[in-house]
Amino acid sequence: MSKMPKWADAVLIPLISILLAFFFSGLVIMAIGKDPIVAIKTMVQGAFGSTQGIGYTLYYATNFIFTGLSVAVAYHARLFNIGSEGQATLGGLGVAVVCLAVPWPHWTLALPAAMIGGAAFGAAWAFIPAYLQAKRGSHIVITTIMFNFIASALMGYVLLNVLKVPGSMAAESANFGPGAHLPTFHEMLAPFGINFNKNAPANVSFLVALLACVVFYFLIWRTRLGYEIRAFGQSDTAAHYAGINRVRIVIIAMLISGALAGLMAINNVMGEAERLIDNAVEGAGFIGIAVALMGRNHPIGIFLAAILFGFLYQGGAELAFWESIPRELIVVIQGLVILFTGALDNMVRAPLEKLFIALDKKKEA
Amino acid sequence: MSVQTDKGRQETAAPTASAPAIELRGISKAFGPVQANKDISIRVEKGTIHGIIGENGAGKSTLMSILYGFYKADAGEIFIDGQKVDITDSQAAISAGIGMVFQHFKLVENFTVLENVILGAEDGGLLKPSIAKARKLLKQLSDEYELSVDPDALIEDLSVGHQQRVEILKALYRQADILILDEPTGVLTPAEADHLFRILDGLRAEGKTIILITHKLREIMESTDTVSVMRRGEMTATVKTAETSPEQLAELMVGRKVLLRVDKAAATPGAPILEVENLRVKDDQGVERVKGISFEVRAGEILGIAGVSGNGQTELLEVLGGMMDGTGTIRMNGEEIDLTGKYSDGKSRRARGIAHVPEDRHDEGLILEFQAWENMVFGYHNAPEYQKNALLMDNAGIKAMTQKSMDKFDVRPPNPLLEAKSFSGGNQQKIVLAREIERNPDLLLIGQPTRGVDIGAIEFIHQQIVALRDEGKAILLVSVELDEIMSLSDRIAVMFDGKIMGERLPSETNEGELGLLMAGMTGEDA
Repeated sequence: MSKMPKWADAVLIPLISILLAFFFSGLVIMAIGKDPIVAIKTMVQGAFGSTQGIGYTLYYATNFIFTGLSVAVAYHARLFNIGSEGQATLGGLGVAVVCLAVPWPHWTLALPAAMIGGAAFGAAWAFIPAYLQAKRGSHIVITTIMFNFIASALMGYVLLNVLKVPGSMAAESANFGPGAHLPTFHEMLAPFGINFNKNAPANVSFLVALLACVVFYFLIWRTRLGYEIRAFGQSDTAAHYAGINRVRIVIIAMLISGALAGLMAINNVMGEAERLIDNAVEGAGFIGIAVALMGRNHPIGIFLAAILFGFLYQGGAELAFWESIPRELIVVIQGLVILFTGALDNMVRAPLEKLFIALDKKKEA
Repeated sequence: MSVQTDKGRQETAAPTASAPAIELRGISKAFGPVQANKDISIRVEKGTIHGIIGENGAGKSTLMSILYGFYKADAGEIFIDGQKVDITDSQAAISAGIGMVFQHFKLVENFTVLENVILGAEDGGLLKPSIAKARKLLKQLSDEYELSVDPDALIEDLSVGHQQRVEILKALYRQADILILDEPTGVLTPAEADHLFRILDGLRAEGKTIILITHKLREIMESTDTVSVMRRGEMTATVKTAETSPEQLAELMVGRKVLLRVDKAAATPGAPILEVENLRVKDDQGVERVKGISFEVRAGEILGIAGVSGNGQTELLEVLGGMMDGTGTIRMNGEEIDLTGKYSDGKSRRARGIAHVPEDRHDEGLILEFQAWENMVFGYHNAPEYQKNALLMDNAGIKAMTQKSMDKFDVRPPNPLLEAKSFSGGNQQKIVLAREIERNPDLLLIGQPTRGVDIGAIEFIHQQIVALRDEGKAILLVSVELDEIMSLSDRIAVMFDGKIMGERLPSETNEGELGLLMAGMTGEDA
């Protein structure tokens, strides 16, 4: 029996989907009287044309890698974690607590501690829905959505009543201090004689995100735990037959998922803002769902999808700035990409499969 | 033709004297790259029972689905009573006089028999006239063909055999002249099956044409006039049943000679391996499924559990395999094992030397999306020999081990990187069996070892089970195929309604006696 080759499934389908999305985006841009060619040029130029643009693109991508991996690990256990947003929010609180509690002498000490803090808070936030799902059968989609709202409200309370600097008007924590400052790309690349833009927020967290991709791969495909997570995700009756504990897998998968979402805070809270501000996550948790979907829950796919969405974010901001295309339209373009790569996957897949079968038959004949 | 009531279809379809009831010419159908039916032609004469036999995936069901309008053939023509018909959907099939009795009944559980019979064939907006008409007809039919069913009973209260009669009645009410039955005896006791074949004989005598799809050679031999054999989407032969033999049919199905009987020496039972005392099991709804049964399985013997499906055998296997909780006492090698709590799961059972080939290999025994090598350690994936170090599994080692097992158990194709779903039923079962046997268990639990397995693989699987017995292992076999129980078991226990009705030696019993026990009648009643 012949089917589509693997490369077509992994590369060709997403590529065609993205091209379709851009085609329809172009129609939308034309409809409001702008030139789509100019628009796409502005986006590419804005996202990749300068080290500043690249710095922003990679900064956004770092966020999306973490949340994408978060969604993916839960998805391997067939748990739809919609709560990465809230878990990342709580991760920010964990990072802030670690950074504010200790006068860190150097970032190499502060970063591991902050990672532990962020991951622990994110995991703790995911634990409650996980427990409710495993023990009480409360649907994880519903509970994790609810927990996003609770996280947001909790953050508002904490910022206004606990962490706010006395006398300040802004609902934000104090600055973390120089010892918790993470090296930006500018600082990291200067020793190599590369002059990366000084204002770009991309920082060492990007490397942590790449490391997380590698760890993710080994966890899911090489360890017993990953094996059990995937087995449970594919068939919980079979997992039961094999003596795999359902409760344990649901809770552990969600803890890892929450921890990965919480880790994102080393990028946006520690690396960029260097203080805790309200709504620091900016929807990255939800983008993570699209990233995981598009990346087929595989770290390489997630990395590429995260770069694409980083490009859309940064390029979109440039487009709004230079071409006076309204910000809302950027959201439309992002929405089209999600629609075509995620929801309409089969629209591209089915005809492509037919095509490959026809090609195969021709070869045989 | 008492069934032809008011509609004048007889005149419009006036048959020529010699025209066959059904004729298919050159039917072909492909699903993507799979050619399910390849240029199939058959003639089925009026007033005969025609068997269609073939292995799983041979294309029998596809062919019947085309005849009933579920699929559209890519090529070919269908003639009913000599007239070309275009069957576009099941409505068209019904009005062409075709009735279908599916393997899985399509009845509304909380409707009465009458309501089910008229469903979709009501005469008007009000039900009362239709019901009255159906009641009259049902009375008539039950007198003529032993098709007796209480017309006012709810479907959910009827036995499976009676439910099947309702399906037949539904088809007759729609004035079917041609009746297609898809694996009709799979869910019946031997007595119910015999009754069904008496009904079919009666219908044939009335001039109805019957197509019987089955994989059981015995039914073909006993009830059909002609038989067609399908293999890999093609019709390999159509023969008169009287002029053929089971051996010849099996060979036509598989494409090579097959051994239909299991060759085995007498058992030499040793010490008891598994002892079960007063075992009780409740399902999720709190209904007691196993009602205090006791038995033992000794080293070097096969205990066969016979019974119609749904009489507690599934639950028995699941408790022994650690998938359900129970009460009572179970000893393995003389040591009591936990029936509830933390140490009552599949993992703990395997640690005790209990291997389990589950009844449902698609949902339980295998992960269809996993590759063969991943399935080959499923349940044993924590074993130290499958680990590379403290963190990682030894994937390369597992693949090498899988390759060896696949060669030994003749799994085709022998490719450890293929996903489980792309193997045939027989080869999937061989993967499960290889996994469980290769761990050298003391006790093998095996449920429906050959369900959905082609004849060629059945032979191999049976040989493996007997070989394991001869190594001195204990084997508990649960099967709804009485033939399989009779030929494999050293002792037979019959389950009915959660209880063991009796134990027999295969040499001292026969299908008739077992059939009575399976229907809940003990020796004294019989």
